[in-house]
Amino acid sequence: MTFWRAAGVIMRKDLMVEGRSGEVLWITIPFGLIALFLIPLALPLDNPLLQRIAGPMYWVILLLFGMTIALRRSAVGTTPQREALRMLGIDPAARFTGRVLATTLLSLAFALVLAPATVVLFDANLPTSWPLLLPIVMAVTLGLGIVGTVAAELTRGLRTRTALAPLLVAPLAAPLLVAAAQATESLSRGDSILLPALIIAFTVLGLAVIGVLTAGPLEETQ
Amino acid sequence: MLLPAGTNPNAWRANSPVVHERCRVGAGQHETYTLAVSIPLLLTLVDAGVRLGSTTVLRNLSLELAQGEVLGIEGPNGAGKSTLLRVCATLLPLDTGSGTVFDAHLGSPGAQSVRPEIGLLAHQPALYEELTLRENLSFYGRLLGRRPGRVDELLDGVGLSAAADRRADQTSQGMQRRVDLARLLLIEPRLLLLDEPHAGLDSAAEKLIAAVVADVLGRRGAAIIVAHDTSRLADLTTRRLRLERGGLT
Repeated sequence: MTFWRAAGVIMRKDLMVEGRSGEVLWITIPFGLIALFLIPLALPLDNPLLQRIAGPMYWVILLLFGMTIALRRSAVGTTPQREALRMLGIDPAARFTGRVLATTLLSLAFALVLAPATVVLFDANLPTSWPLLLPIVMAVTLGLGIVGTVAAELTRGLRTRTALAPLLVAPLAAPLLVAAAQATESLSRGDSILLPALIIAFTVLGLAVIGVLTAGPLEETQ
Repeated sequence: MLLPAGTNPNAWRANSPVVHERCRVGAGQHETYTLAVSIPLLLTLVDAGVRLGSTTVLRNLSLELAQGEVLGIEGPNGAGKSTLLRVCATLLPLDTGSGTVFDAHLGSPGAQSVRPEIGLLAHQPALYEELTLRENLSFYGRLLGRRPGRVDELLDGVGLSAAADRRADQTSQGMQRRVDLARLLLIEPRLLLLDEPHAGLDSAAEKLIAAVVADVLGRRGAAIIVAHDTSRLADLTTRRLRLERGGLT
């Protein structure tokens, strides 16, 4: 079985499991929207600050709730499930890639639901070149998917997993968050987003290399 | 292999480290001869030891499993039976001693490459509870590159055709066990490792275990079956050992 075919089969399974459990659809997305809704409530509706913080708040909510998507129960699997996959002799990097792709697609769906909600709730002015944000959103969700999957692997089986995993994700995802917020700000000012885009691209690339290279050793670690 | 008269079978054995021989000595009409049948060893453990945390789970354990053998290992709870199977499956490294599976040294990268030859039935089923029984088997079938129709054949074989579209979490423990046995048939292993296979199965379903073992033996394989009581395995096993406090007796 080829690398990408195996990754595709794993991704399809993860999405089917998520589709049935509804962890992201019925829990993460509604709670993310509620969190987004609470921020304007704390400020006067005519406050110009709302429009200014729309972009950064979008990315913060995406980071926080994207983390819960990456660390969802169904993404980790039980010990017998994991051992059954190990026994099939599938490349650990392919298994890792499949899980990352599934998490990325779910995070992307969350990001796409969150975007119009942010525009409406924060009365945000969309820059004319807003389509340029789409590849930024895709790259950030991919980065979150990689970081979250690595963190889930590192903390697998630990009693302190729920506390430790976000602590691992936050610093690794910080460059993505900062660069994405800068890109949004630059677009609204009509400036170039080349620098933040490059930061995001290199961060995602570095994370992907780390994730693929450590997939095997992490998988074999008890 | 026919050894010349006077050949010491033990010396011959010492010079054939990768094969296991069964020797029968007989007398012909005119001369004595030794008939040695070479049977490949699929698994060896020499003075194997495993520690989990501060607990020694397996100690100085030596074991050989030859092609065609069905080894039953009985022992009380906590004796190390499941740990032994996980070592044989290359999932758990040895802390002391050495061993081989299909000639690959345990702990070496090569040992991981023989995993597709091994079928492990663990305590808990390796099923995804949100997926149907058919979807579960299809998932493993796709990863193994099996043809789609094979899944339905196997579900039929384990008597679950009617329940194929039920979610795994809406089926009984026995049904999940049957699907796990079907998963083993899908893998087509040459080394079968069964951990308490009778748990949750009714007497009719117990025939499935015999069928899975026969399937593996038909592929020139071998099997290890562990249970806290191997009396139910009397008809299945060719040899039985007892594991107590991490050592074989």
